[in-house]
Amino acid sequence: MAKKPMLTFVLMDAPFESARTTTAMRLLDIAARRGYDINVFAYEGAVYLPFARQTQHPNAVHGHDTEEENHPLPKDWVGALIAEAESRGGSIDWANCGLCVDERGAEECVSGVRRGTPADLVDFAKRSDNTLVIPTS
Amino acid sequence: MKVLQIISTAYRATIEEQDDTIVWLTHAMTGAGGDFDVLLTGNAVNYIAERQDAAGLSFGGWRQTQPPRIGRDIAGLIEKNVKVYVVDDDAHDIGLTGIGEISGPSRIARAEIAGLFESYDQIWRW
Repeated sequence: MAKKPMLTFVLMDAPFESARTTTAMRLLDIAARRGYDINVFAYEGAVYLPFARQTQHPNAVHGHDTEEENHPLPKDWVGALIAEAESRGGSIDWANCGLCVDERGAEECVSGVRRGTPADLVDFAKRSDNTLVIPTS
Repeated sequence: MKVLQIISTAYRATIEEQDDTIVWLTHAMTGAGGDFDVLLTGNAVNYIAERQDAAGLSFGGWRQTQPPRIGRDIAGLIEKNVKVYVVDDDAHDIGLTGIGEISGPSRIARAEIAGLFESYDQIWRW
């Protein structure tokens, strides 16, 4: 039986600012659906992706109330991806860079996200079949 | 004060925000009494393509219900008397030749941009 792949993703972009976040999530989704073991090291602004205090809002320009607008929140994406991975027999070990969290006051995260250090990224990379860095511009 | 908003990078967080943030901001500031026009350049010229469809995104059990409709949002600006200019050279480069585009934006040659700037008090490049 072939060894289950392990992939590491390094994310750097803050949510709500670039297309790279969605692209990263698409890749994570594919890996999660395949039941892979996934590591995520969120660096700099990316530590806000699982920030628990993100909230939906109405959008007057669209003419939508909060419910109808149903604004996407990356924290929900992170939670959904962790659940998806687990349901497929895989896992997501999401480590937020601790110093980046401290700088931003972003310690409140959704369940399944932990505080980490660059040493976690070294460990992730050593144990993974491959590592993809998606940096900010 | 008349301001020209230059949008030169397309699809920045449009999935998360369900619109282009600068198009949205222009809607909001126009509604607040501001006097704005928009110049689409670079890959943002694709915002005039009529059949953009970002629907269907899902991550695990999460489903998007209100995907961005940027062509609609650009058309909405024009309905509010915001002029929308498109750099013809950039549109031509990506194959936008007048077919399958929303109606209303004005084509402008790259060589005419400097002259366009003369019509505005401020130029904001995003």
